[in-house]
Amino acid sequence: MDISRIDQIIDKHDGEASSLIQILLDIQSEHNWLPKEALKRVCERLQVPMSRITHIATFYKAFSLVPKGRHQVHVCMGTACHVRGAQRVLDTVQEVTGVKPGETDSDLKFSVETVNCLGCCALGPVMEVNGKHHGNIAPSQIASVLNNCE
Amino acid sequence: MTRLNSPEKLECARKEIVSRIDPTKPCISVCAGAGCLASGAAEVIAAFKTELEFHGLTTEVNTKGTGCPGFCERGPIVMIYPEGICYLKVKPEDVAEIVSHTIKEKKVVDRLLYEDPATGTRALRESDIPYYKNQQRNILSENIKIDSKRIDDYLAIGGYAALSKVLFEMTPEDVMGEIKKSNLRGRGGGGFPAWRKWEESRNAPDPIKYVIVNADEGDPGAFMDRALIEGNPHSILEGLIIGAYAVGAHEGFIYVRQEYPLAVENINLAIRQAAERGFVGKDILGSGFDFTVKVHMGAGAFVCGESSALMTALEGRAGEPRPKYIHTAVKGVWDHPSVLNNVETWANVPQIITKGADWFTSYGTEGSKGTKIFSLVGKITNTGLVEVPMGVTVRNIIENIGGGIPGGKKFKAVQTGGPSGGCIPEAMLDLPVDFDELTKAGSMMGSGGMIVMDEDTCMVDIARYFIDFLKDESCGKCTPCREGIRQMLRVLTNITTGKGKEGDIELLEELAESTGAALCALGKSAPNPVLSTIRYFREEYEAHIRDKKCPALSCKEMIAFHIDPEKCKACGSCFRQCPAEAIHGGKKLIHIIDQEKCTKCGTCFDVCPSRFGAVRKISGEPVPAPIPEDKRAIA
Ligand SMILES: Cc1cc2nc3c(=O)[nH]c(=O)nc-3n(C[C@H](O)[C@H](O)[C@H](O)COP(=O)(O)O)c2cc1C
Ligand code: SF4
Ligand code: SF4
Ligand code: FES
Ligand code: FES
Repeated sequence: MDISRIDQIIDKHDGEASSLIQILLDIQSEHNWLPKEALKRVCERLQVPMSRITHIATFYKAFSLVPKGRHQVHVCMGTACHVRGAQRVLDTVQEVTGVKPGETDSDLKFSVETVNCLGCCALGPVMEVNGKHHGNIAPSQIASVLNNCE
Repeated sequence: MTRLNSPEKLECARKEIVSRIDPTKPCISVCAGAGCLASGAAEVIAAFKTELEFHGLTTEVNTKGTGCPGFCERGPIVMIYPEGICYLKVKPEDVAEIVSHTIKEKKVVDRLLYEDPATGTRALRESDIPYYKNQQRNILSENIKIDSKRIDDYLAIGGYAALSKVLFEMTPEDVMGEIKKSNLRGRGGGGFPAWRKWEESRNAPDPIKYVIVNADEGDPGAFMDRALIEGNPHSILEGLIIGAYAVGAHEGFIYVRQEYPLAVENINLAIRQAAERGFVGKDILGSGFDFTVKVHMGAGAFVCGESSALMTALEGRAGEPRPKYIHTAVKGVWDHPSVLNNVETWANVPQIITKGADWFTSYGTEGSKGTKIFSLVGKITNTGLVEVPMGVTVRNIIENIGGGIPGGKKFKAVQTGGPSGGCIPEAMLDLPVDFDELTKAGSMMGSGGMIVMDEDTCMVDIARYFIDFLKDESCGKCTPCREGIRQMLRVLTNITTGKGKEGDIELLEELAESTGAALCALGKSAPNPVLSTIRYFREEYEAHIRDKKCPALSCKEMIAFHIDPEKCKACGSCFRQCPAEAIHGGKKLIHIIDQEKCTKCGTCFDVCPSRFGAVRKISGEPVPAPIPEDKRAIA
């Protein structure tokens, strides 16, 4: 945990309390989660109570208070994907990885997350693995995509 | 880049940019919108660069990535100018042929053109494709003309002329008058007249005012705001600055969801470039008007799209709605008057100023003027963004533009308005789409999502889906919303899992009434998907409850898979792909499914070759017993 890096992020936002969400998003995007020490630092520097930080960190889906896996699998559960069989995609992802949505496996390999629309609905159902979209994905193709992850 | 400090300088700069453009010089435009990028547009652009270099054509031919023109299903989309040839589903492997054939020899690569499925004729240009022919793309058509990362491209098509006109030829009252005359209604949900909010803020005594772009687009299945903000960010920025001038604001915010990283990148870049040119910052274009703008990322909560919640989030707190006894237009961000409008609403503003309110009102119906962008998705042949004048019928959109339902399936319903909206059944296909007609039909415009459903979609499941979505997204602050949604979900889940009871429909209707007493529109409108599906598809509810049958063969707990012994040819496809190893089969052996092991994933149904069609889905009847061992051999 590099505190000076956290300070840099806070400084980038001029240390303003109104930028709290933006600061947490930056930390999250660097670490994939919000480590406790980082939050403590934010709390000290911005002079906002820890309770408010935890409230925000639990209110918004983007934040995680536990470490995430090396491979992030997002299954779109938006309406367009839903009518094209997103539930079956999610079921299959769960079967292949053994990870439930919102959870990470014990050796930190996969984190599985559902999202409500990735904005490319024309390609639904969509699964995103480490930022790469797999459009029109059929349950039968999922195992081979995920087995390529180390 | 030089700062432009007068309208004359702007026009000079524009002339200079346009003069540098040689209309005869070949240009390859590739859609770099989210959908096309997901289908490999970046690789296609890279392949063009390499190929042009290989032929020594880098200086003779321009290449650019543009915004989304809407036909996302057929992406990556490549347009070749000056001819305007439109190639669809282009892969990196096609690039060499396009360069040698089309660019060098001026010949067309037929197989990459749009082919009319009915007649087999091919369309050379975008405007020849039926999908586009039936639209009126006032806003969306600019996307493909520009590289959204270059302000010069926007200036070349007349960008910031409206801002210049407003600052130097119109008073704020004039601007207000024009917007009022246009009767522009908000594109983000309720369809509230834009001028009323603007006027309310303008008249508020507080001198500090804000203008805000709602680019949260929390509505699942909708992506028009994304396409606009990624594809033509300056048009939104220009609209926002004009609005700021009209209401007397000097600061603005753009609230974008973090799930849209490209939108965040492009709007930030647009703001930087606009600042360099002098369209934002101090003394804009030398007019004395100051305006600055900040981008704020959302962190993924549907409720944050609600106006008061969004403003709370802008203050850096958890975005929860609050009662609006006093409108946010009077008391919004940090209690200052704040005008919040949707992305598409803002994008209309520069056009209304440049072309006039009369031009704008020449499109649309009595109460809903202009055009509206819909995201046409789900079970429809041509998925993507569609811009039509208000008042066009649902049938026109689905049949003429959308090309109907794929796979020979039957149309069942179209869902509009997102989680706050409702379903429109086949009998109402001739409904004209405008704000008031949709509301009358028990649905709503919402932000413009249109999700098409065919016979395979279960309407009870769709109601359950939306309620489940809203259960996760409700901030939980008020009891009717929190408890009402939870109870509705419990009843709906029971029905879709075969545990429905007589009286459940009435119970849902009762719960819907009490949920409507919630604080914000999320809870108030939550019953809509339930009530509209009950209203139009009551018999599907009854089949689930009474006959324990899902007529659409969709609810997992109520269906089973069965291999028809007469039809199975023992090809083994299902056997190999069943993830649960629930299928017993072998060479020349009729396959059977072990119902105990089957997880109902449906893979066997998908992979059984259509010429056999041996796998059946059944619901509401017992699964036939597997045929005995000695009868399984195929002669
Ligand atoms: C739960 C909820 C979510 C909403 N989400 C959005 C959204 O994502 N984008 C949007 O423009 N409006 C959204 N709205 C509507 C906004 O509250 C507001 O009415 C709108 O942004 C105003 O802009 P307009 O008048 O230009 O439509 C939402 C409303 C509710 C109740
Ligand atoms: S539905 Fe899925 S689990 Fe069941 S038999 Fe078919 S492939 Fe196997
Ligand atoms: S895929 Fe169809 S034909 Fe082939 S073994 Fe399975 S049921 Fe029989
Ligand atoms: S609903 Fe899945 S990408 Fe939009
Ligand atoms: S993203 Fe390319 S056409 Fe929509």
